[in-house]
Amino acid sequence: MYANKLTGLLFALLAVWAFGAQAGPKIQTWTSTNGARVYYVPTEGLPMVDIRVVFDAGSARDGAQFGLATLTSGLLDTGAGQWNADAIAQRLEGVGARLGTGVSRDNASISLRSLTTPKLLEPALETLREIIQHPSFNEADFEREKKNLLVGLKQREESPADLAGIAFFNNLYGEHPYAHPKEGIIETVEKLTRQDLQTFYQRYYVAKNALIVIVGEVDKAKAESIADGLLSGLPAGEVPPPLPAVTQPTASKTEHKFFPSAQTHVYSGVPGIKAGDPDYFPLYTGNHILGGSGLVSKIFEEVREKRGLSYSAYSYFYPFKVEGPFMMGLQTKKGQSDEALNVMQKTLRDFINAGPTAKELEDSKKNITGGFAMRLDSNSKLIDQVASIAFYGLPLDYLDTFIGKVEAVTPQQIQKAFKARIDPDKLQSVLVGADGPREK
Amino acid sequence: MALSRIIGCLLLAAPLSLLAANPKVSEFKLDNGLKLLVQEDHRAPVAVTQVWYKVGASYEHGGITGISHMLEHMMFKGTKKHPPGEFSRIISANGGSENAFTGDDYTAYFQTLEKSRLPVSFELEADRMRNLKLLPEEFTKEQQVVLEERRLRTDDQPRAKLGEQFSAVAFTNSPYRNPVIGWPDDVSRLTVGDLSEWYQHWYAPNNATVVVVGDVNPNEVFKLAQKHFGPLKPSQLPVVKPQAEIEQVGLRRITVKAPAKLPYVVLGYKTPVLHGAVEEWEPYALEVAAGVLDGGNSARLESRLVRGQQIAASVGTGYDLYARMPSLFMIEGTPVQAKTPVELEKALLEEVRLLRDEPVTAEELDRVKAQVLANKVFERDSIFNQAMQLGTAETVGLGWQRVDEFVDKINAVTPQQVQQVAKKYLIEDRLSIGYLDPQPIPEGQIAPEDRAPTGGAHVR
Repeated sequence: MYANKLTGLLFALLAVWAFGAQAGPKIQTWTSTNGARVYYVPTEGLPMVDIRVVFDAGSARDGAQFGLATLTSGLLDTGAGQWNADAIAQRLEGVGARLGTGVSRDNASISLRSLTTPKLLEPALETLREIIQHPSFNEADFEREKKNLLVGLKQREESPADLAGIAFFNNLYGEHPYAHPKEGIIETVEKLTRQDLQTFYQRYYVAKNALIVIVGEVDKAKAESIADGLLSGLPAGEVPPPLPAVTQPTASKTEHKFFPSAQTHVYSGVPGIKAGDPDYFPLYTGNHILGGSGLVSKIFEEVREKRGLSYSAYSYFYPFKVEGPFMMGLQTKKGQSDEALNVMQKTLRDFINAGPTAKELEDSKKNITGGFAMRLDSNSKLIDQVASIAFYGLPLDYLDTFIGKVEAVTPQQIQKAFKARIDPDKLQSVLVGADGPREK
Repeated sequence: MALSRIIGCLLLAAPLSLLAANPKVSEFKLDNGLKLLVQEDHRAPVAVTQVWYKVGASYEHGGITGISHMLEHMMFKGTKKHPPGEFSRIISANGGSENAFTGDDYTAYFQTLEKSRLPVSFELEADRMRNLKLLPEEFTKEQQVVLEERRLRTDDQPRAKLGEQFSAVAFTNSPYRNPVIGWPDDVSRLTVGDLSEWYQHWYAPNNATVVVVGDVNPNEVFKLAQKHFGPLKPSQLPVVKPQAEIEQVGLRRITVKAPAKLPYVVLGYKTPVLHGAVEEWEPYALEVAAGVLDGGNSARLESRLVRGQQIAASVGTGYDLYARMPSLFMIEGTPVQAKTPVELEKALLEEVRLLRDEPVTAEELDRVKAQVLANKVFERDSIFNQAMQLGTAETVGLGWQRVDEFVDKINAVTPQQVQQVAKKYLIEDRLSIGYLDPQPIPEGQIAPEDRAPTGGAHVR
């Protein structure tokens, strides 16, 4: 790992969400016999296929058992059908296939990337089907994975960035299921049982709660048979109830936590918007000016370029199923974190008060629309897009209409939307580092 | 735990050409020495430009470590023609994304743009190749930014801190002992004059390779390169001294104490790489050895140490055969809570012993090869990574053609060759071992030199 020492100029959170399209990919969609939605985009040029099965089974479904969704997902490929973890890994890696499982606050996904040569693809599909439909949840695997998750949670406590992120979500969301970290916390993970995982799996890994996205060099008939093969054995089940509404904070709050690090990590924000929010385009385009466009945003300019206060400085909206965060962030050396936070917050306040200039908006639109083609230039990016559209129920022509909607945004709409959504007097801020106070 | 039962069907008989032929690379050279590599990929109307310079941390000497990376930052701070920040604003207004990276063996700059905007990136890159204007006031701010970057990446990351000090112990005189970002004292004492000299030495068309991958026509790209880069004057480049590492003559150990929650163990064996290899097959055999240990969940370390013996919570292996100078074959791991770093070290060393004492099984070898074959296709999904591979191979002195040979060379590796390289290189005399010794993380205390905590009034 040290052999490849790379150090890049920019360290910014990438917005996994926002996109545009002149003419987006034609997404074909249908519903499997037991109620799962299927989304398919054929591609040409490389003999490979990406498949992603997504369940509404993210950490927001943990209830009080924080870490349940993550551990359930983590157990899937440790045993399924007649195979143990070794056999599963050998079957997949023997044909060069790549399997991935992962959890976000909103969902759990299982991904496969394979070559399309039938002799390579079929064993991979057969293995994936068993992982989805017949995971074993063996006691020994459960105990091992749980212990390793606990090791990971302990390691998190050596990272001021992680601790700041956890505190930020806690303060922003209070009792809401988005409040806790998706990997859980030590106290709750320690109490999880194998039975808890099985119950969670049976409740949420069901056809009506599933969607499947297929992107690659396979024809429609093959896509249909892949979807059927992977999901047809799942019970139909039930869609889980909607997540509770998010409560907006009533007053600003700034929390300092001590950590013996050279830098203080700073986050500041409020609950932002849902996926599909009608104000999405003014907010996305406006935030591009404010803090979303990497090396040229206002926040980057004020914090880094003018003052040299931080290596990265940014703001993003993260639209979730219900209100995801609007989040600004930076890191700076001990002794100047309050100054840096003030600069960042003032930049936000000035932006909301004055609104963007016509020139700023024009430049921002040029960047978004001119860069549209790069948002869809690989199968990896394509499947991310389509999976977002599918999971959040966005219109199938979302990518086709994206550029038009960005072009239509006016400075007034941006200012109005920011004023309506972001109250700079209600910001929730967290600072973790050696500037923090004595607790005792 | 037995690793043997093989169920998957391994299809190594299928040559890569049946799946996807190597993409064609067109190579051009301008009169001033600039090299241009173009690879067509017509799947999307996009092109990536990368400009690679043969300079990086391994070209630096004591006292100025980090200068290549610092200069990389300053390359965004203006030329005679464009004031500071304008480079980025122009790329942004053209819908582009851009950045740069510095490694031991290269400094590279890139833009990804819609294909018709390629001239924008060529014009700007050609301009800053020879006409950088280093402004003292910009430098002063950027030095603070780089020091923040160092705190972020190294000082506050216990494992990165170990990694940095580990390299400094594993290598005695090879420049790989220095961190890319530089030692803090060196970075904070760099001057505009130092940077100016470094820029004059290394930034010239005859020290650069321009790589373009995307929806382009190679001959048109060549014409465009002639137009923008053609007029630039070449330089008399400094002679790069070899700085070959002296022979290691025994095991080396280092412990780094840092506020942390978990211990961590790293092993590094001095190994040859493709560039300068006496036996060309050896680096490929080492690459296979890395795959046998850590090529996925079925590989030995995951299967035996994480699952079977449950000594490690996580493990990893790293070997970069595209380095410019002999490098390290790295193995690292985090012990589970019930085990000590000493027990994990023993288990890792036992796995290395097995590589030396027994040939790997045909099934394992086939699995590594199947993954290499598939990855070759998967890699092509990203034009950026395609360009990275060409640029790296060219810049470390191998030539881009080596990228095409990779699958065939790996396919030719035998179990005996894996054992041979293990016996020759994965031995104690070439080994360095590093431990992260976690120190308690103090809670609720004021740091020693601290005054009254700032912003205390905001505490809830």
